[in-house]
Amino acid sequence: MTAKTWTQNNPLYLDYQATTPTDPRVVEAMNPYWTEKFGNPHSRNHHYGWEAEDAVEIARGHVADLIGASTKEIIFTSGATESNNLAIKGVAKFYGDKRNHIITCVTEHKCVLESCRALQQDGFDVTYLHVQENGLIDLDVLQAAMTDKTVLVSIMAVNNEIGVIQPLKEIGQMCRANKTFFHTDAAQAVGKIPLDVDDMNIDLLSISGHKVYGPMGIGALYVRRKPRVRLVPLIHGGGQERAMRSGTLPTPLVVGLGKACELASKEMAAEAERLHGFQDRLFAGLKERIPEIFLNGDLVHRIPGNLNISFAYVEGEGLMMGIKDLAVSSGSACTSASLEPSYVLRALGVEEELAHTSLRLGLGRFTTEEDIDYAVERIAKEVNRLRELSPLWDMAQAGIDIKSIKWAEH
Amino acid sequence: MNQTVYMDHNATSPTRPEAVEAAVRAMQIGGNPSSVHGQGRKARRMVEEAREQVRRAVNAPASAQIVFTSCGTEANSLALRGSGRPDVMVGATEHASVLRAVDVVERIPVDVNGLIDPFQFEEMLAGGGDDKVISVMLANNETGVLQQVEGIARIAHRYHALVHTDAVQALGKIDVDFAALGVDLMSLSAHKIGGPQGAGALIATKDVKLTAMNPGGGQENGVRGGTENLSGIAGFGVAAELAKAELSDMARLKALRDRLEAGVLECSNEANVIALLTDRLPNTSFITMSGVDAETQVMAFDLDGLCVSAGSACGSGKTKSSGVLGAMGIPTEVAKTAVRVSLGHATTDDDIERFLSAWAALYQRKSRARSAA
Repeated sequence: MTAKTWTQNNPLYLDYQATTPTDPRVVEAMNPYWTEKFGNPHSRNHHYGWEAEDAVEIARGHVADLIGASTKEIIFTSGATESNNLAIKGVAKFYGDKRNHIITCVTEHKCVLESCRALQQDGFDVTYLHVQENGLIDLDVLQAAMTDKTVLVSIMAVNNEIGVIQPLKEIGQMCRANKTFFHTDAAQAVGKIPLDVDDMNIDLLSISGHKVYGPMGIGALYVRRKPRVRLVPLIHGGGQERAMRSGTLPTPLVVGLGKACELASKEMAAEAERLHGFQDRLFAGLKERIPEIFLNGDLVHRIPGNLNISFAYVEGEGLMMGIKDLAVSSGSACTSASLEPSYVLRALGVEEELAHTSLRLGLGRFTTEEDIDYAVERIAKEVNRLRELSPLWDMAQAGIDIKSIKWAEH
Repeated sequence: MNQTVYMDHNATSPTRPEAVEAAVRAMQIGGNPSSVHGQGRKARRMVEEAREQVRRAVNAPASAQIVFTSCGTEANSLALRGSGRPDVMVGATEHASVLRAVDVVERIPVDVNGLIDPFQFEEMLAGGGDDKVISVMLANNETGVLQQVEGIARIAHRYHALVHTDAVQALGKIDVDFAALGVDLMSLSAHKIGGPQGAGALIATKDVKLTAMNPGGGQENGVRGGTENLSGIAGFGVAAELAKAELSDMARLKALRDRLEAGVLECSNEANVIALLTDRLPNTSFITMSGVDAETQVMAFDLDGLCVSAGSACGSGKTKSSGVLGAMGIPTEVAKTAVRVSLGHATTDDDIERFLSAWAALYQRKSRARSAA
């Protein structure tokens, strides 16, 4: 096999937290449901409808199996953003009369934070927990924040920028003891780490299709049946998905998500092991070639497919311009067009200068060892080149503490 | 056994090969449209191309906002909850996603032909329309009745109300012209026009300030959070273009539909076509067979390999009769015998003959049973 060549228009993909390529086996599984078995799964009067409905229910089973749920607890949505909105607003609005306090965390995805902010405008109290330097919440702080008014705790399973895994089981136990519902945005966790909604006492769990090698435009929300969690729906209409989510179910996309979950159930363990090896190789390679780099977020409590690294003295955007043959990002995809430093990194206490020098490197199913070596080579070369041009780097090498410099005003 | 004949295109249509091809190509890009790198830019380009295709398909001005959603239902919801107008007034025969979009809606009555009376409508606006958004569908999903949306928009604007039209069933079956209708908002769905399920759009003039229902990463100009359904959107764009290009085929379908209706009415004077003399979609027919429940008919047709429905798909499986016919003042005992037949591009002359002979056979069986009893 000849070595692949990567270009600006066809870069080496290292952005698996933004989206995962749709697995060709998923595309193939979807294939019959576009044209041949095209029925509306809600058509109850004919063969085409039944065929589509059967496919939807099989897919629901695969999704449920992956997280230890039962099929009746899976609601299909258009994606994790909708799932998060539905979980948080749906629970808050149903139980709001009695309990009006919500706890979440400052490093959550924008859609969780926005949902909470919207509820604050409706009169809910929201506590935004800070995180420790390693990106994990402090369980004692969570315990202290809970009151008898706390209706919901929403803490993400895996952070989209730094890949850290929150202590789900411990959070679940605390919530159960306080009779508080526990929602977790598991978009970045599903198919990457084992999840068991019963063992972890999770009441609501958001799933994204396109983060688990399935298609975009499909997601799911796990909603616990025992003890039952109730929701006020966000989208009303034909009453599909047990009235929790109206709208025609997109059969091909549902089938794709089901296939993706089935593959994840089978392959997750081996894939995680492989990616752990790549993660180590990438981090070790970069550390060996580049001095003064810092990993953001805990290394141990972290999914194997993510590294978020600050390259001191090198501006992140400039670095990305120099390595256009690598598809990486400086933060979450949603905000990637903005130049603001990541609020997630700021929340870890990473200084603004250092936050500006960060890259998110996402590895996944189609990453090869050759890719890792190529990335190490390219990043190391570019960082070292940019540092050679940097007066700050010169000063730092000369032992001058940059922070002690009093810059002349002008 | 005879091949199955699908006559339920208002529920969903098979995805067109060109749309499938676009959808599969989109899935092979493997980039998030919000990412700035190569794959991300390719994905973004695909979304923007589709937006232009949809814009052209409905003749929306370049300044109009086109917001991709997950389906027609979501587009309807966003229109009625996100337009900033607290009072929602909707036609009595609207789709459930409009009737239930907000907790309280004021219903505009329709006559026995399913049409809104403009004078009555204007009276309802007498108190002023500044706080109102009006939603009137272009074509009804069950009866196919075409509402006079242009006229309704003109009246509503006199009172400064916003006007939304659910054009989900109309697109691809009649010419849909956003600019000519003069509406402020319009909902579309991909899977009713041979695009993939899981994609829809809300179109709005530049002056409508939309508020997101599910904010998130700020996609779609902050109006609809969530990573775009790239494959669905790409397929939607292609299907929209084709739907417009192939509108001429509707004349053929209308002739087939008219023959089907004539055949049924000839066969029995106990049959009726809802809103027979009203302007309707060229492919849709809602037919009653006196004394025979729609569910019974649909099952019998299914055994004959004919796929039809007893009303809207989302409501199918529920036994109560159509709310649309109720709103038209059609008695329940008649309404519950109505079966919807909706034709598509694949429908042939033979299909019509097969339906007519199945219909006649069922009718004769039932009337014999009745006279024997």
